[in-house]
Amino acid sequence: MPQATTEQPRPPASRQLKAHNKSLIRRLGKQWDVQLMVIPGIILVFIFSYLPMYGVLTGFMDYNLFTGANIWENPWVGFKHFVAFFNAPEFERLIRNTIIISLLKFFIGFPAPIILALMLNEVRHMMFKRVIQTITYLPHFLSWVIVAGLTMAMLSTENGSVNMILQQVGAIDEPINFLSLKQYFWSILVSVNVWKEIGFASIVYLAAIASVDPHLYEAADIDGASKFKQIYLITLPSIIPVVVIFMILAIGNLLNAGFEDILLLAANPVLRPVSDVIDTYVYRVGLGTHRYSYAIAIGLFKAIISIGMLTMANYLARRSGNSLW
Amino acid sequence: MLKRISLSDKIVIVVIYVLLSLLAFTALYPFWNAIAVSLNVGVDTAKGGITFWPRQFTWENYEIILQDDRLITGFMISVARVIVGTVSSIFMTALLAFGMTRTYLIGRNYYMVFFIFTMYFSGGLIPTYLLNRSLGLMDTFLVFIIPSLISVWNMIIFRTFFKTLPAGLEESANIDGCSTWGVFFRIILPLSGPVIATLALLTAVGHWNDWFLPSIYITNEKLLPIQTILRQTLNANIVTGQSAVLDSASAALLQKTKQITSKSLTMAMMIVVTMPIILVYPFLQKYFVKGVLVGSLKE
Repeated sequence: MPQATTEQPRPPASRQLKAHNKSLIRRLGKQWDVQLMVIPGIILVFIFSYLPMYGVLTGFMDYNLFTGANIWENPWVGFKHFVAFFNAPEFERLIRNTIIISLLKFFIGFPAPIILALMLNEVRHMMFKRVIQTITYLPHFLSWVIVAGLTMAMLSTENGSVNMILQQVGAIDEPINFLSLKQYFWSILVSVNVWKEIGFASIVYLAAIASVDPHLYEAADIDGASKFKQIYLITLPSIIPVVVIFMILAIGNLLNAGFEDILLLAANPVLRPVSDVIDTYVYRVGLGTHRYSYAIAIGLFKAIISIGMLTMANYLARRSGNSLW
Repeated sequence: MLKRISLSDKIVIVVIYVLLSLLAFTALYPFWNAIAVSLNVGVDTAKGGITFWPRQFTWENYEIILQDDRLITGFMISVARVIVGTVSSIFMTALLAFGMTRTYLIGRNYYMVFFIFTMYFSGGLIPTYLLNRSLGLMDTFLVFIIPSLISVWNMIIFRTFFKTLPAGLEESANIDGCSTWGVFFRIILPLSGPVIATLALLTAVGHWNDWFLPSIYITNEKLLPIQTILRQTLNANIVTGQSAVLDSASAALLQKTKQITSKSLTMAMMIVVTMPIILVYPFLQKYFVKGVLVGSLKE
């Protein structure tokens, strides 16, 4: 239990100064009302966040459906499930899809809102700017179910707008069933993600741009710098600290290729060779075929690599002076 | 201020306006099209060509889905989940955050580390599933509410906000004989309108939009929320090409009228599910920009 440290920041009431001398138990008794506010939260977080962490141990065991609450009744098997995963026929394809999809999302999804913010910043008509912002923020608030439904409607062979346009301009003769063809899946997945999040993600960058000193632009104007040069030489460098922080967060998330979006957009099992990622695989073998220990081991494998990546990214950022913690 | 704008600057500006307009159009068009399709006679839609306006206007698609008992139950479950889930989660999280701002709270720094750690590491899907199952949360309404009572992220935002409130208010309330709980209910909560509104709306949207949790924990059809039902319908559409959601009564109606297709019904259903979001969105918008900024600052 902490002692003096918790009380050092400004002790205003004399009540607290006296409490300093009393025993820990008596001090706790005195602040029982505040502890009562915090304890339910601690218990809930313990149950719903920490107990599952302890459940991760079953990744090193053979989980038996009937052991119930006492996981220690399961036999230890060491790294058996990890080895099984590394040798699984799906292994290579899962790793490949996970890495490619997350890299595509990172290289396209990360800069997109920055570019949008830079463009919005150049708009001088407030009304126009507000309308664009309102419309581009909206998709963020829709569920993936809706977004997937709209995507299916847009790409459908039956009255789908994309096929209609392509046919009208003569690019294709027959409607294409986009969501059942492997070669289109990655581009669809990434575009839909950008469509959904670009507006909302741009909010933070817009705020960062708003705090840039306007004198810089005036000076640049006098020096005759073009709009493009001003964006490139003033706005962009000014928001670099914010960009770096968000980049660290994105790198920590790099192995999260996606879950809901892939589950919903790749509803057609034909797409599995290009759509299956670690998370969807864990879901399918874990909840679909009840291979709990195996699925837990894979999930743990991913979590450890993710944490490693986040730590590494933060280390790099710290060296550049913009660390997260 | 009179200023000559160079030609290259003009081009940059024009390109930006065109690109932004295009982006807004692509963001809005899918809804517009879905509404047009949902208001068009289904058989006619199948012929193609519905873009901005319905060709043969009808309310039939909406009439049918609004008579489907399963959808109505699902809608009610979603509404109940949003109300109970949001109120309880915001209350519990705000209470925790208030407790955590008390500088004299013993164990405060340890508690904070305990909470923050869960933002970086979690047990993952399967252990969480096994836990909830062994807690008896399968097939209960409580599975929507209890596991999400505390949001560490929201707690940090609340805490940041509470710290900006003047300390003198609380001291004077204490002198007037107000207990810690009294301070929370009579002073802190009434002053926290904006942050409560932001977080409540975001939490409510999260509850409304969630389809995954019920899809793994709920097998009782009567407890499925609307998003999960919609998901099953879309899935059935893509796999078999026909609507699975409709119960026998609606199927009979469908047989009778023959003007309906699963596509136009699905579109109508999607609009019904999206409507609540579109309706609260104007109220949401003025808050969430601030909310996002506070959230991104952290600590």
